[in-house]
Amino acid sequence: MSDQTAAVKLSAITKRFGSVVAVDNVNVEIADGEFFALLGPSGCGKTTTLRMVAGLEFPTEGSLKIFGDEAGTLPPNKRPVNTVFQDYALFPHMTVEANVAFGLKMQRVPKPEIADRVQEAIGLVRLEGLEHRRSQQLSGGQRQRVALARALINRPKVLLLDEPLGALDLKLRQEMQSELKALQREVGITFVFVTHDQEEALTMADRIGVMNEGELLQVGTPAEIYEHPVNRFVADFIGQTNLLDASVVSNDTVCLADGAHIPGTSDLPVGTRVAVCLRPERAGMHPPGEVPPDCQSVVGRLEGVRYLGNALVYTVVLDWVRLEVRRENQPGGYRPHAGDDVAVSWTLDAISVVRA
Amino acid sequence: MTMTADRPERLELLEDAAVATPEFEKAAERAASRRGFLLSLPAYAYLALFFAVPLGIVMVYSFATRNRFGGTDLSGWNLDAYRKLGEPIVRDILFRSLWLAILTTLICLVVAYPFAYFIATRTPLVRNLMLVFVMIPFWTNFLVRNYAWRVLLGNDGLFTNISEALGLGERELLFTTSAVVIGLVYGFLPFMVLPLYASIERIDLSLVEASRDLYASGFQTFRRVLLPLSMPGVIAGSILVFVPSLGAYVTPEILGGAKTTLLGTYIVTQFLTARNWPVGASLSFVLMAVMLVATLVYFRTGGRNL
Repeated sequence: MSDQTAAVKLSAITKRFGSVVAVDNVNVEIADGEFFALLGPSGCGKTTTLRMVAGLEFPTEGSLKIFGDEAGTLPPNKRPVNTVFQDYALFPHMTVEANVAFGLKMQRVPKPEIADRVQEAIGLVRLEGLEHRRSQQLSGGQRQRVALARALINRPKVLLLDEPLGALDLKLRQEMQSELKALQREVGITFVFVTHDQEEALTMADRIGVMNEGELLQVGTPAEIYEHPVNRFVADFIGQTNLLDASVVSNDTVCLADGAHIPGTSDLPVGTRVAVCLRPERAGMHPPGEVPPDCQSVVGRLEGVRYLGNALVYTVVLDWVRLEVRRENQPGGYRPHAGDDVAVSWTLDAISVVRA
Repeated sequence: MTMTADRPERLELLEDAAVATPEFEKAAERAASRRGFLLSLPAYAYLALFFAVPLGIVMVYSFATRNRFGGTDLSGWNLDAYRKLGEPIVRDILFRSLWLAILTTLICLVVAYPFAYFIATRTPLVRNLMLVFVMIPFWTNFLVRNYAWRVLLGNDGLFTNISEALGLGERELLFTTSAVVIGLVYGFLPFMVLPLYASIERIDLSLVEASRDLYASGFQTFRRVLLPLSMPGVIAGSILVFVPSLGAYVTPEILGGAKTTLLGTYIVTQFLTARNWPVGASLSFVLMAVMLVATLVYFRTGGRNL
């Protein structure tokens, strides 16, 4: 990635609104053709970061390059990027066709070419037949497609999407997830999208940047983020997880909050407060005393079982932590009842030690 | 009240509703509309007595004839008073007034639009403060404010002093057409700002961002997105400024010269000095017709855009 020019390169980007630091020293390189997600809770600075790439906000400090060209303070109409806005921001006084043609018209593209490209873009998002509707006469999904066509018709070098699926209902959202992904492969443009929905980010993105309180905490593939979160926040934000308070004893041992020393690899200094991250689907469950020899375990009382159909989620209570264990709903196997003492177990490769 | 205590009552209500027949509903509707009519009766009576009846009288007079003694003969209706409007003197006054009203409206529009946009894009607190500032001048009598302009524009006033200090020489502003336009713009600007503000405030500002993102310059964004979407405000404001400017009496009387008679002044002269009531009445009617057309235009276009 380093030898070719990054599509978007943020170096030490900071954005302050008055005394509020919205984005704090963010460094990231987004490769050409990548589907990149900025993920974080609301107010974490992800939208501000996106708006800086779009040119709708200017960074207070740092450098922002788009394909090698410094773009920090260029106005939005001078950047080779287009945005799909959160509520689509379709022009209500124009038809679908006029909305889609707007960008080309502003760039003074010859009329016959505009007509051709509008047809092409409308075909790309499958909106044929709706050319003369106004945005008020469209459904949420259709509006979203218009917004996509309106941006893609300009053949931007980077397409920015601000919570593109946020306004759609669940079923439509899932449909659009795979459709967006397919569309991105088809057009081959770098997509940068902002979302607070971790599932959406995991499903669609090639790489994810997790943000919180203005800081970019971790950048990595969905698998890296899920399996090796850098800290407690990332571990907790992405997926379901059990976090066991602990401290580092040596580079391969940690001490749990109940005093037990267990194997756990980390390169953090001795004494650092950490959390052992154990995903519910990676935990095992056995009767106490029947734990396989290669496993670590803690013993607690089973509080309850949630029946999900395809899986069962057991809640195990210890006096210092509550754990969730997820088991696929398969015939046979160990089926304890509420009130039973059970051992929750894991192998060394099932856990990761993260900064607390 | 707890939920359980609430329930029996609600059941009773449901039963009542089930008993209500269509006849009963109709009677209730009639009673409601009767009540509405009775309540609005004072307003109707007021309008009929002090607006519709005098208007009818003015209309009757516009078809009458002025007699030799300055009185009005109601016998023998004719269109003489309307024919007189075609005479060069009256025609000039009509066109001059129209031109000044259009000029005032355009200046107000150009001055008010950026201001209204600025207010509409502030935080709610600043917004309300600025709207109050717009309205504060209304707390002072209109006549007093016009006389204040006389001082400002007068021989030793602020404006002549400034132009002298800038080396532009002594400029006579008072009692010129420019003074009238300045006065009218000053007086009617809030009527332009407020409707513009109201319609700009309703525009989703992400549309402006979308336009900029789609390669539109600031001016293109204004022309293609902001202006069309704020058209209802532009038309409402223009009519609210144009109509009173056209019939303005106080401002031209105080700031204008004797050479530039305007419609409002001319009508007053016809009634009071020339004692030619039919001509005054016919002019008033023509003025009303122009305003009516303007208002109709507003409702037609306003209705289409929203």
